[in-house]
Amino acid sequence: MGRLFAIEIIYRGIFQKLLAGRISRAIVLAAHQEDKPGISFGRYGDSPERNGIPAKNFAIVGTDEETLQQGMAKYEPQEVDITICVDDTLCKGVESWAWYGLQPVNKLLKPNGTLIVTSPQSPDTLIGMAHRKDHPYKLAIVKGTPSFSGLWVFKDDHTDVRILGAIAKLLPELFSLESVQKVILKEWKDQVKAESAARSYERVMTTTVQPNQGNPETPYKFTLPKWHEMGEGIAIPSIPAGHGFEDPSTHASGGFRPERNPTFKKFTTRTMRPVVNFDTCIKCTLCWLHCPDSCFDVTPDSLYDANMQACCGCGVCEAVCPVKECVVMVNETEFTDNSSQWESWKKDKEAYKVWLQDKIKGHGERSHGFRYRGQYEEQVPEMLQIAREG
Amino acid sequence: MAPVATAVEEQRKTEETALITGSEAIAVACKLADVDVITAYPIRPYDTVMQYVSKLVANGELDCEYIVAEGEHSQFEIVKHASAAGARVFCGSSGVGWMYAMEALTVTPALRIPMVAMVGNRALDDPGAFGVEHNDALTVRDLGWQLVWVDTAQEALDTALIAYRVAEDRRVFLPCAISCDGAFLTHSQALVKIPTQEKVNEFLPRYNRGDLLLHPDNPITVAPQGNEDWVMEIRRQNYAAMERASDVLREAYADFERIFGRSYGNPFFEEYETADADVVLMGMGTLSTPVKVAIRKMRKEGKKVGFVRMRWFRPFAAQALAKSLGRFEAIGVVDRDYSFGSPYMSGVLTNEVRSALYSAPGPKPPVVGFIAGLGGREVTVPDVERITEGVYKAAEGKPQPLTQWIGLRE
Repeated sequence: MGRLFAIEIIYRGIFQKLLAGRISRAIVLAAHQEDKPGISFGRYGDSPERNGIPAKNFAIVGTDEETLQQGMAKYEPQEVDITICVDDTLCKGVESWAWYGLQPVNKLLKPNGTLIVTSPQSPDTLIGMAHRKDHPYKLAIVKGTPSFSGLWVFKDDHTDVRILGAIAKLLPELFSLESVQKVILKEWKDQVKAESAARSYERVMTTTVQPNQGNPETPYKFTLPKWHEMGEGIAIPSIPAGHGFEDPSTHASGGFRPERNPTFKKFTTRTMRPVVNFDTCIKCTLCWLHCPDSCFDVTPDSLYDANMQACCGCGVCEAVCPVKECVVMVNETEFTDNSSQWESWKKDKEAYKVWLQDKIKGHGERSHGFRYRGQYEEQVPEMLQIAREG
Repeated sequence: MAPVATAVEEQRKTEETALITGSEAIAVACKLADVDVITAYPIRPYDTVMQYVSKLVANGELDCEYIVAEGEHSQFEIVKHASAAGARVFCGSSGVGWMYAMEALTVTPALRIPMVAMVGNRALDDPGAFGVEHNDALTVRDLGWQLVWVDTAQEALDTALIAYRVAEDRRVFLPCAISCDGAFLTHSQALVKIPTQEKVNEFLPRYNRGDLLLHPDNPITVAPQGNEDWVMEIRRQNYAAMERASDVLREAYADFERIFGRSYGNPFFEEYETADADVVLMGMGTLSTPVKVAIRKMRKEGKKVGFVRMRWFRPFAAQALAKSLGRFEAIGVVDRDYSFGSPYMSGVLTNEVRSALYSAPGPKPPVVGFIAGLGGREVTVPDVERITEGVYKAAEGKPQPLTQWIGLRE
């Protein structure tokens, strides 16, 4: 038996589908330059993809056909040499359509395997977001704003080749930089992309993450019922209606909190979250009405509190809110928990004001893919700056 | 309305004999079962049922929602949903109409909908023939539909009542299709005993959807998307339901005999002149008439021939059938269907019989397959005699083609 290489790419459904597909194809093609056979595939259970839902691609390579077959006998590999996470907010965990519960981003990493993340953040921020592992692993950051585009458009910001260059450095047994560059020139016929790969190869650095570092929480998971324990007729109990709840400061009861699916929480779909200014809210109800996920709890004092267990971060609330900076979408890397903003506002309004100003200052424009024509051109200077400095 | 009401009242008390077609017999069963929702879309020969049902509704004898859909797909979808909401339902079709409903037909057993449907067996297009062929109903044989073939109008009526009883049993909750051979059964009038309403009420409890009832007071989601984490468990549940259906069927036939005083013997297959038979013929539906006549003729000539008419095709009583068939020297199975490219190019029933025998502990007599009567062509007494000759040759150990076409111009 030869050596088996397994690489997974965790990405945001739709927005990064093309990116992930390009990376996993190029991994197999680069290894094939060195006579290693391989297979590239997207995890079937993630389809049909939905905006932002975490999904996976895999590249499996063997030093020979039999080894490759050995690797492919299990459709989704049980351990990988490298996990590529093309959006840093995925470091908080992955809840996909393909299984139940929350999977830590580093779950499949072998001891001393490498987690490659595209991010403008520092290693400490990302290490704190990822769940703890019981063996050390390495973190490599490909500096840059996570690359988001659409199902039919692709933002060619070199994220793909920069990751490929980094892999050549981190796992030289899989393929060399030369092989990667050959594939880049053959597939994309772009000398500048080949140079980007080389620059990334030279610059990539790793940090070792120890077992005592990271998010100590145990991720939620579920046990699937046996066939005779399940209800018949493909009928499942509906999610019950919601109910009012208590204001912790006044103990007044009221409002309405919808019951939510306890087995599919959805919040790992989020790359940004709404931060609400309850002092300026005019109670117009638009955020509550338009939220496609019914994520707003109506509080006993008739405010609207975005529930962070249910919010997918789509940004519709920000778009429909008529009050300036009353709802502001802020990058998910800014937060470490899913607690209620309304509760902390009720507890200490002055402290909340300070917290809110800190979160929304210089938040910049962040969106999924391209919201309007010309946005790509606007983003080029920022991408260039990161590429030069990173 | 008074005279009608009186007629209905009268019929509640006394068992009458009526001269009706097989289709009409099914319509009468719908009335006796007090079906709530019936959908229809015309296609021959099934459409005779819709005519009789609409007449019953117009005469005030049957109170139900009677909906003529814009096609068979909607026709079956409407009753599927009505059944989920707790209504006793009936519908049916024929030939390519049944095929057009196929998507609805696949989801009906998966959702455990106890729909009762009548298939007026008709050749699939092309060519657009009206006559009987069993391939239409057989297309759902793997999906969780209970399938039964009847051979008289009386049996059609009785079986429809039994079908409701079994399909709507909480242990089963699977749909049931009653196959009636086009023309020979659907369009021939025969004398049929109509059971009294009181006896039917005693035999057939109300449909109770229970925990699966789609109703605002029982909020459930039916048919959500499910990935591979769920599909095997769901299929296994249907496997268990079909497994239980056999016992529920036996119970229903026993109760039928107790309440109506008429017996069908073994519910799954009928045996005719098999006690001392050397060889037997097998088949489904109205084929029984020429076969029984031919057997009587051949028996006068000293040939000990019997007949096994498969009534229930799903569930298939493999063990009991294999045990019975093991007594004979050879078996000739007459298929009014085809399965091109199947093992030995035989028809569907032939291969099911071979499969039942293969894993049975007892003797395994040779099974010769015959394809006959396609597209409504008559199977004649001389045809049956020719078939029997072939079966005798197989019994004598003479090599026989495993599939033979009978009644073909050649």
